[in-house]
Amino acid sequence: MNDASASTGTGTRPILDIRDLCISYFTRAGEIPAVVDFSLKLAPGESVGLVGESGCGKSTVAMAIMRYLGTNGGIVGGSIEFDGRDLTTMAEEDLRRIRGSEIAMIYQEPMAALNPSMRIGRQLMEVPLFHENVSEAEAEKRAIAMLEDVNLPDAERVMEAYPHQISGGQQQRVVIAMALLSNPKLLLLDEPTTALDVTVEAGIVELIADISKKFGTSMLYISHNLGLILETCDRVCVMYSGEVVEEGTVNEVFDRMRHPYTHGLFNAIPLPTADKNSRPLVAIRGQLPLPHQRPPGCFFGPRCDFFVEGRCDAQPIPMTGMTSPTHRVRCIRWEEIDWDNYAPDRKEREPHPPGEIVLQVEAMRKYYPVHDDSLLAIFRGDTTRQVKANESLSFSARKQETVAIVGESGCGKSTFAKVLTGLETATDGKIIFGNTDIGQIAVGDRTEGQLSSLQMVFQNPNDTLNPSQTVGSQIARVIRKFGVESDPDKIHDRVMRLLDLVKLPRDFALRRPRQLSGGQKQRIGIARAFAGNPSMVIADEPVSALDVSVQAAVTDLLMDIQEEFGTTLLFISHDLSVVRYLADRIVVMYLGQIMERGSTDEVFSPPYHPYTEALLSAVPIADTRVEKKRIVLEGQLPSVLNPPKGCPFHTRCPRKIGAICENERPPVHDVSDQHKIACHIPLDELKAVEPVFRLASDAPSAA
Amino acid sequence: MTVFIAKRFGFMILTMIIVSLLLFLLLEYSPGSVATKVLGPYSSEEQRQLWLEAHGYMQPIYVRYFDWLFNFATGDFGESVRFKVPVADVLWSRLANTAILGGFVFAIMIPLSLTLGVLAGMREGSKLDRTISVTSIVTTSLPEFASAVLLSAIFVFGLGLLPGTSGMSRGWNIQEMILPTMVLVLYDFGYVARMTRASMAEVMTTHYIRTAILKGLPYKTVIMKHALRNAMIAPFTVIMLQINWLLSGVIVVEYFFAYKGFGALLLEASLNQDIFMIEACAMIAVFVAVVTQTLADIGYTYLNPRIRFS
Repeated sequence: MNDASASTGTGTRPILDIRDLCISYFTRAGEIPAVVDFSLKLAPGESVGLVGESGCGKSTVAMAIMRYLGTNGGIVGGSIEFDGRDLTTMAEEDLRRIRGSEIAMIYQEPMAALNPSMRIGRQLMEVPLFHENVSEAEAEKRAIAMLEDVNLPDAERVMEAYPHQISGGQQQRVVIAMALLSNPKLLLLDEPTTALDVTVEAGIVELIADISKKFGTSMLYISHNLGLILETCDRVCVMYSGEVVEEGTVNEVFDRMRHPYTHGLFNAIPLPTADKNSRPLVAIRGQLPLPHQRPPGCFFGPRCDFFVEGRCDAQPIPMTGMTSPTHRVRCIRWEEIDWDNYAPDRKEREPHPPGEIVLQVEAMRKYYPVHDDSLLAIFRGDTTRQVKANESLSFSARKQETVAIVGESGCGKSTFAKVLTGLETATDGKIIFGNTDIGQIAVGDRTEGQLSSLQMVFQNPNDTLNPSQTVGSQIARVIRKFGVESDPDKIHDRVMRLLDLVKLPRDFALRRPRQLSGGQKQRIGIARAFAGNPSMVIADEPVSALDVSVQAAVTDLLMDIQEEFGTTLLFISHDLSVVRYLADRIVVMYLGQIMERGSTDEVFSPPYHPYTEALLSAVPIADTRVEKKRIVLEGQLPSVLNPPKGCPFHTRCPRKIGAICENERPPVHDVSDQHKIACHIPLDELKAVEPVFRLASDAPSAA
Repeated sequence: MTVFIAKRFGFMILTMIIVSLLLFLLLEYSPGSVATKVLGPYSSEEQRQLWLEAHGYMQPIYVRYFDWLFNFATGDFGESVRFKVPVADVLWSRLANTAILGGFVFAIMIPLSLTLGVLAGMREGSKLDRTISVTSIVTTSLPEFASAVLLSAIFVFGLGLLPGTSGMSRGWNIQEMILPTMVLVLYDFGYVARMTRASMAEVMTTHYIRTAILKGLPYKTVIMKHALRNAMIAPFTVIMLQINWLLSGVIVVEYFFAYKGFGALLLEASLNQDIFMIEACAMIAVFVAVVTQTLADIGYTYLNPRIRFS
């Protein structure tokens, strides 16, 4: 696949040729240059990845190719040549003929991208109807054929459905089908799997790879996830603050990266080689500059370890070619920096032995009654059904330990957090926390001590802080409420110390949440959770809403605080890379039940539960040396209202052994003292399974 | 869906019963005063007592309520104190007059305000949008009595084109309908237009409209096929509420133009303590309100498949 990229410089005409593109938004505050200098050539059949953190301008580039920049955005310089025609000067009507027929787009949130009040069939049929003037019957035939091409079972039913009636993964397949219906020459994919579950993502990624082979479509794949780019693209462009800082083939950029920012990104993501104690992640310091606050010279200068005054900030930095014709970098010091002997400042930690048991969950169940108002149910006289959100969960967490609960959406991990915090009460079983069974105590009935010792860090920091109060007063309120301090001076003192703890300047106490970045808000969320000296903190996807480089810093902060206070961390996440990096022990859940639990090393190596194996295989890894077994789960996640009998995973299990899986609850194998697997397959057979990951060759880097 | 509609109708009937009970208690749970209202202040105590007995007021309260409800359901609203004829004789013709006026207003206002709202909302911030928005604010801020005076001054006294009253004294005449209709349309269209505009503008920023545009659909198709239906969901409830308003909220206009409508009747009945008339008018108004809201709920689920198939 990689030889396609060599053609960019030679004979064949590129399908897309972007030169010196500049895009600005015009607001009351003036012109905001979102993209300052962007060039890209895309050969027919080639796929190029565009990576970068939010605000770097990667989506703006895609929208500019579609010439859809809203009323206040505009292309202020450069050209976008598509198949020999300049899109920047094209008339609206000619543009319309190209949109959706020659250039098609796949969007981040499939649910939002589909019209909620129009049947899917009609939305698909519009493409051939308007671009090729075919008959209704022909359009319908093509739409059904395309739905089958994107592996949607029961295409006729999907045609009749409204978008909300199908799952997120199916919606994305519909969007992909819509984009492919006119057989486009160029496909723009804007974070096509970010809103999806990891096993669903794996299926979509496989589909996209098949498409590029089958239809020979050129693809521009926008993502913040380097692992996905590795799996889908031939070449990659790394963007930073409105410009490309490094480009090259996937192997060049992933193995021989030259730009300090690219290096920073790779050091910040939890690759399998990272380890929280011996090889911790390194965050990129500072923040992405706002478009109107970019420094002179190199935009990355203020955050770069190799910054040299007078050289890096003297004049705009051009892209420079290197030894390979395809590899270029925007750094004037690329030849001087000795990356082989560069070791970033890593702060190593001492591994700590687990302490006494803090939390003990015993056969906890949480059922929700659901009312069914359909005529059939009324006729049967059976209008309440039980949703079994949590089915006999048992595990424990020790002092200063990080226990991760992983699973896809709907697996019951958030329900568990709700029961733990008292927002819901358990239906059955025990949750022993600090010698008391808190499973039946609702949050309103808990004592101050119970409340303050069990706190939570939430997923989206933007929604969890009150926008109309200063962050200082929000932290102070928690301190007062929990009775930690009552004297105003002491409260103030404590707020200041908490800000120090989360490494924010003290004057941030007077700021309001909107004056803070996402990462800073999450630090406030952490300070708030730790205000009452909790012995246990539940972190519900605390970094999934943050950018890669910020993620590393927030993860690091959480671990620092945990170490300082000896807090137990219950880490709820769907991101196995982060979990592998952070957790001491892992609980894998599926449809409300525990499939496997054990120490991180035990869960990440055989014997696996077949579901764990599939989950691990679905994680994209941004390391060219890692070889992965490919397991793509078939079928849909069953509804919790109507879970499968026997083993809940049997409907999608690639290792299903027979009727026993459908009828009987799986037995729990005790692999070791703490490693348990609930599966019908004999343990010896599970032990014989190959590991999911294998490092291709060089052992030293696997340290 | 069937369950949903059955539920809505059940709820509608329940509302009607509760309102009727309240109304009955409020207006009749003072037998003495009812007799006074009916027979006038100069009637003797004996006369009142005889009247009360003759009309069943000595029976237990629930018997009287059910009698009253039964009479109501069969169209017997009692006798009007003021007009000295059965309430039904006056009520139906007045209601018909108001329905005609309301129909005129509706037929003009709804297409006008929806068109203007959609035009304004589909390109938010454009000149057309600003013009429509300012116009609709100005007309909606102008009270009916003010615009009635203004329009009369122009068309009746200035240009002499239209009659100044709409009493229909020489039979039904379309010319006499023009001014009341104009005043009501002018007052109300801005409200609905602004609701539509806001809803349309919001829909235009959604991702599915972006999808439709980037699919290469002509702009007209994007608006007509993708935006319109979604943009109608929010204003639909407001439009249905206008029916209530046109029934009982147009007293000022009916009074101003001496139009013999339902609103004017309600006012007259209240001023004269015409108790059975008030009861009948109130029940009709409530009935219309409940029916339109039920229709609104059903129509809403039709427009929004997410509710229909949840």
